[in-house]
Amino acid sequence: MSSHPYDVVIGLEIHVQLQTESKMFSWCGTEFGLPPNTQTDPVSLGLPGTLPVMNRKAFELALKTAVALHAEITPFTKWDRKNYYYPDLPKNYQISQYDLPFSTGGWLDIPVRKDGGGGRCALTRVHLEEDTGKLTHGVGDYSEVDLNRAGIPLLEIVSEPEIRSAADARGCLEELRLTLRYLGVSDCEMQEGSLRCDANVNLHIHADGETIATPIVEIKNLNSFRAVEKAIHYETERQYNKWREDGLTIKDSPKTTRGWNDAEEVTKPQREKETAADYRYFPEPDLVPVVVDEEWLARVRATIGELPAARRERFQAAFGLPAYDANVLVEQGDDVAEYFDAVARETSEYKLASNWIQQDVLRTIKDRKLAIADFPVRPEALADLINRVKRGELNTNQGREVLGRMIETGDPAEKVIELGGYKMVSDSGAIAAAVDAALAANPQAIEDLKGGKKKPEAVKGFLRGQVMKQTGGKANPALVGELLEAKLAELLA
Amino acid sequence: MNADLLKDATAASLLAKLNAGEIRSEELVRAYLDRAEALKRLNVFVHLDPERALDQARAVDADRAAGRPVGPLAGVPVAIKDVLCVDGEPTTCGSRMLKDFRPPYDATAIVRLRRAGAILFGKTNMDEFAMGSSTENSAYGPTLNPWDEARIPGGSSGGSAAAVAADLAPVSLGTDTGGSIRQPAAVCGVVGLKPTYGRVSRYGLIAFASSLDQIGPFSHDLADAALVLQAISGRDDRDATSVDRPVPDYLATLDRKPESLRIGVAREFFGEGLDPEVEAAVREAVRVYEKAGATIKDVSLPNSKYGVPAYYIVAPAECSSNLSRYDGTIFGHRAEDWSPKYPGEEELHPLVRMMMASRAEGFGAEVKRRIMLGTFCLSAGYADQYYNQALKVRRLIRNDFDAAFRDVDVILGPTSPSPAFKLGERTADPLAMYLSDIYTITANLAGIPGLSVPCGLTKSGLPIGLQLLAPAFAEENLLRTARVFERETDWNRKRPALA
Repeated sequence: MSSHPYDVVIGLEIHVQLQTESKMFSWCGTEFGLPPNTQTDPVSLGLPGTLPVMNRKAFELALKTAVALHAEITPFTKWDRKNYYYPDLPKNYQISQYDLPFSTGGWLDIPVRKDGGGGRCALTRVHLEEDTGKLTHGVGDYSEVDLNRAGIPLLEIVSEPEIRSAADARGCLEELRLTLRYLGVSDCEMQEGSLRCDANVNLHIHADGETIATPIVEIKNLNSFRAVEKAIHYETERQYNKWREDGLTIKDSPKTTRGWNDAEEVTKPQREKETAADYRYFPEPDLVPVVVDEEWLARVRATIGELPAARRERFQAAFGLPAYDANVLVEQGDDVAEYFDAVARETSEYKLASNWIQQDVLRTIKDRKLAIADFPVRPEALADLINRVKRGELNTNQGREVLGRMIETGDPAEKVIELGGYKMVSDSGAIAAAVDAALAANPQAIEDLKGGKKKPEAVKGFLRGQVMKQTGGKANPALVGELLEAKLAELLA
Repeated sequence: MNADLLKDATAASLLAKLNAGEIRSEELVRAYLDRAEALKRLNVFVHLDPERALDQARAVDADRAAGRPVGPLAGVPVAIKDVLCVDGEPTTCGSRMLKDFRPPYDATAIVRLRRAGAILFGKTNMDEFAMGSSTENSAYGPTLNPWDEARIPGGSSGGSAAAVAADLAPVSLGTDTGGSIRQPAAVCGVVGLKPTYGRVSRYGLIAFASSLDQIGPFSHDLADAALVLQAISGRDDRDATSVDRPVPDYLATLDRKPESLRIGVAREFFGEGLDPEVEAAVREAVRVYEKAGATIKDVSLPNSKYGVPAYYIVAPAECSSNLSRYDGTIFGHRAEDWSPKYPGEEELHPLVRMMMASRAEGFGAEVKRRIMLGTFCLSAGYADQYYNQALKVRRLIRNDFDAAFRDVDVILGPTSPSPAFKLGERTADPLAMYLSDIYTITANLAGIPGLSVPCGLTKSGLPIGLQLLAPAFAEENLLRTARVFERETDWNRKRPALA
């Protein structure tokens, strides 16, 4: 049988826990990682007689997120009950939003990749609901219920089924995490479950002049970005092979659920919830509808700073940084980008600043597990060092050495330079002598240049290095180049 | 001496004696405890802990003795319908399902009663989960009507109504979802008031139908109703549907004649099925108002006829969701045996069989009937036809009232189409039972306040209730208008002769 081209069609259903002090509908605390069932109160336990009250802060964080995602905000939104029996849901209904979610539409721009992927990820809706508890199975002939999570504000973000590759699905999630972290609405830790994702996947196979859609599979249990990408890859191949075997299409089979097994790197059929899909939605009578007016929206908008996508663009446009640099700086999070901005306010050597932050600064904070706020060299001090390089007080190599010392000692550049004797040599006489010495020590180089066997730039680079060595690395590199060129011109004439 | 103490007692008369130092609360509580013991056969209380009541009484007595400021109900026993959560006390909702439930918190109305110095005096019997009109649906047996022990006390707050009627407490709290305060008040010959939806916090009221439930007082007279209403009313941060409006001093203005006394008589409240003796008593009440200078107007509430059908969609729909948490997992009775009983059950997950068996055992027939009805009404494909349609009817009923209240201040009619019926008379006929609330249900659907005051006795000596309805948050005028009638008559002073 011949193979057929196909498109992968992916829709994501993403759940994000909002970072709030108290739960969505009660005053109960939300701290992660405490002993089971200690972050509970009568309301989050669903005790008979208790009533939910909306956490306004949580609603505002949700609004902030939706606005940042370019979604349309519903001026009149309400709460609904989604009814189903499951032990992770103490009331046996979840307070959610059904036909009037607080926001619809929206999009997320993913940085374009070299393979042509990336671009816009369109969203269907964003709504707010309460999280369920957590069940742990297989501890015996019973399961354990932990309701610490029950009632935590949960955003459900549904993408349009328009994602076309596993890499884009991953990219979309990563950009979402970055954006939400910039907004400060969620820590988005997939391991801890504050960011969760299910992927709906099927294929559009082009065969015999027709497009055939395979049955949709919802993949659950995706606990990392890597898992999302791998699972979709796996599922893509599995669906294609399955279709070749049985020829079943979307018309023959309802949506099924499969779980990603991280150890075996396969998806496996999952048992569906015991209840059928009729959730008997109806308006939650214990809560009042929420009216979002322009004034409220304006206040929320004012709390949104520059978002990653805009910052990437600005770093390229205003500072002339390559897309790669802009992305690396922005991807590290708001505080790193902020650090770069602070350096860029004090110097115009943007690319050098970008290089040193990417190399020395990020490596150090990573190795030492520091927040950039605790990085010993403050942006002004780094800018001062960069400006000294720009003014010719130091060459670039010296600059990096000085930076290394600054990181170790916390001293300003001036002190490190003085103590370490890091003055750049710009004395033409001394450099000319070093050029002569270097050439005398490497006669073969002159022969190579004359013979034309080696690339002249390579030879010259070697010689520049030798001259620097002669000066203990302190020579002004521009002057070295200049004087070396003159001498070589003389010798080769 | 104890028996004399309770004779013709009202909260106000007892407070006067308590404040004057003529009696102590402890004495008073002991007198009520003795009477409760003597009248145990009425089955008014599901739970009554003498020590807890006496402890509260002694604390209030100590405050008074020490000259510390005390609340407006200090030392007065208040009986509580067993649907309201009281910290650490059994709260069963008249159901086997919650036989062992002791909430770890107080309902807001209870917090406020405590703050007012009231003595929480037992939990009263009720129809299971407040579903019923006779208190016969209680898992703990029916309560008997103090006027005729072969008859029902009304429902669902039958225990709280009978408690006041039988002088087992001077006042009590009930809840009203479709008439569950007003109807038992009428058939027990006491005052019962359902406030505007949102006037009293529902926090800690175990929900039957969230958009209809409201807590209110039972009392012998309107002064006591005003006193209790004032204590429990007001915005509560724990109930999003409670309304942030000032609470008037209902008691202070009670005896002022209403500035406007236009009484509407709705023709829809005098239809088929109305007992002639009830009708006669209510017509007589109209004449009393006329004599007192009221303007009487005919008004029409044309959509009232859809009240009962709309109610029996909305209330069961909400109850099917509210009661789903009682499945034996965290809350509610858990069956001991959930092995498969019927063909096909072997395939079900044991957890599902446990839930099924627990609910089958824990709930009574009427509750199951309403859960099934509500589940059906909310099902995919039916929600629009039933639930959403019923919500539209609610809007129409509300519009009817809005229109009528442009011409009148209060609408008058019978509370219940008949006096207390016999125990067992309607248990086999749910529809006949549902029609007991035909005149009360529309107030819940519209969210407006209503009360029932005693307005007569049948030839066989059964109480008859007069219902007055007012616009939302017009409780003050509603009480004052009812007070005009109370002043002109002596029905509120009639008490059953109990041996």
